[in-house]
Amino acid sequence: MGRIEERFTALKKEGRKAFVAYLTAGDPDLEATEKLIPALEAAGVDIVEIGVPFSDPTADGPVIQAASQRALKRGATLEKILAMISELRRTSGIPIVLFGYYNPILSYGPERFAADAAASGVDGILVVDLPPEEADELRRFTDPAGLAFITLIAPTTDPKRARKILRRATGFVYYISVTGVTGTAVPRPDDVRRDVKRLKEMTALPVVVGFGISTPAQAATIAPLADGVVVGSALVRLIGDKGGSGDLIPAAASFAAEIRQAIDDACPGLGKK
Amino acid sequence: MKRTQPDRHGHFGIFGGRYAAETLMPALLELEAAYRAARKDADFKKEFAFYLHEYAGRETPLYEARRLTEALGGAKIYLKREDMNHTGSHKINNTLGQVLLARRMGKKKVIAETGAGQHGVATATAAALFGMECRVFMGEEDIRRQAHNVFRMKILGAEVVPVAAGTATLKDAMNEAMRAWVTTVRDTFYVIGTTAGPHPYPIMVRDFQSVIGREAKRQILKKEGRLPDLLIACIGGGSNALGLFYPFLADAGVAMTGVEAAGKGLTTGLHAASITAGRIGVLHGNKTYLLQDGHGQVRDAYAIAAGLDYPGVGPEHAWLHDTGRARYVAVTDDEAVKAFVTLSRQEGIIPALESAHAVAHAIKTVPTMGKDKIVIINLSGRGDKDAETISERGEVKG
Repeated sequence: MGRIEERFTALKKEGRKAFVAYLTAGDPDLEATEKLIPALEAAGVDIVEIGVPFSDPTADGPVIQAASQRALKRGATLEKILAMISELRRTSGIPIVLFGYYNPILSYGPERFAADAAASGVDGILVVDLPPEEADELRRFTDPAGLAFITLIAPTTDPKRARKILRRATGFVYYISVTGVTGTAVPRPDDVRRDVKRLKEMTALPVVVGFGISTPAQAATIAPLADGVVVGSALVRLIGDKGGSGDLIPAAASFAAEIRQAIDDACPGLGKK
Repeated sequence: MKRTQPDRHGHFGIFGGRYAAETLMPALLELEAAYRAARKDADFKKEFAFYLHEYAGRETPLYEARRLTEALGGAKIYLKREDMNHTGSHKINNTLGQVLLARRMGKKKVIAETGAGQHGVATATAAALFGMECRVFMGEEDIRRQAHNVFRMKILGAEVVPVAAGTATLKDAMNEAMRAWVTTVRDTFYVIGTTAGPHPYPIMVRDFQSVIGREAKRQILKKEGRLPDLLIACIGGGSNALGLFYPFLADAGVAMTGVEAAGKGLTTGLHAASITAGRIGVLHGNKTYLLQDGHGQVRDAYAIAAGLDYPGVGPEHAWLHDTGRARYVAVTDDEAVKAFVTLSRQEGIIPALESAHAVAHAIKTVPTMGKDKIVIINLSGRGDKDAETISERGEVKG
């Protein structure tokens, strides 16, 4: 069993929901990212999505665009990010998903990427612009390497297409809760409840909800409706505001702890009734 | 030539495809189905032909450039006069087609990206014609460089949305248009201006533009009783070139050359020659040749002609390059500017700086060809918009 599956199994046993946090690797720099991840883990993050910066992030809103630009200016590359993850793996067992766009991977070489990502301790990948129709050129290497291929489902995905996508999904399902780019709109709970319920009927995989959850209150509203929530832009904005300042790590950890608390309060779990 | 390309997912060999976020995939599939139905529909074809003729002013002349031919002393040169279309370039062929399709699909709003502003103006024009709401995304740098076209779009009732991200040019405008489309996909049609983007855009834009080549073929057969030996067209994304080339692909005796912008020179890094100097990559929904660094980050393109200022190229061109069916070369800013002046003075035709790249290559290659040979240059647009750029360079003394 991989780290992602283990984490969801443990959470399920406890009746708790997953807190997935996204951050852009290399913002403000890779040393900071390497310190941020264990701090987030200690604050209660279950799974971390490490964003690989790309020059043209067409699915991202202004916050993650700006973070990607900062990271690129500071010299972040896929190679260096994988090296950072290797280093991190000496001390951390947190499930790691690499989140990004296809071109940096294509440039690195899909076969070499699969081997290096698995060796460095990456558990899953989420490639925004690689829909199922195009995914085989990467999955033929990453599937055998044991990397989960996390799949996106959007509000615009009809049930027939969703069923087709879910047949080949692994790891968990990432439900995009708003028709838009990251961090620019707020999901409507009734829609999320309906859509996630429909997805759960189609797959045994955990379903997490993301794109637009930025406050503890929103996390508390959405978490009970799914197996977990993703908080991305809000954390990235905080990291951007703090930059290289001394309170970056404590501020990020305290924000994560608030989200964790809100999720746990909304879904107290089996042990705390 | 076998017509097995593209496959049903829009792949030309390894190029093309549909590398798009899931939110857009249903819209792309819907668009593909709507387009396939439309292109089999006699009424749609009739309506498109009507507007091309009555509104855009087609057909455009295939003009024998006698003085230029004489001056170069080689092959006989014909100019396909796309500059004589309404709005001043070939872009209107495509925007009329896409806006008609949008209307057929029941969409009331259109968005577009633009670099030089030619596609933006052509989209705003078609939107005004059919009473649609239109937003055009344009980089702030291009807005500054192309103030005249910005104002034309506003006169036509379009909203011009400035894009400050990245280098604030065409690539960033396209990023922002894609983001806007993700957000409004349910009621909005995205009018892409070139033969790039996710499937079905590359074939759709090609089909709408191929009126250029179909007319040219008919015209040259009438004038000369035979097919040309060489076609020359400039390449940014590649829509005017593919529009001319496509109807000739099966004619093995017709050579074709696409002319990219070498900018300040291929070794300077300041150019837009994706095929000549790029590597295979994925951007804006398709796999193609791309200007990028060693880590897969897309580089900014540079060209004196804003319409060529794009780091990618249509996937069908990438494929035509790899199969050897078409040849791709690059000419510099300086060569294009010289050709701009030469054509203006030899024929009384001021070409767009984009089209001047094609003329510049012709000036190099035509003298090496026999007088019995025939060359067609696609004159994709008119050069009024470039007067200021030429004046700034001091090429023509005021």
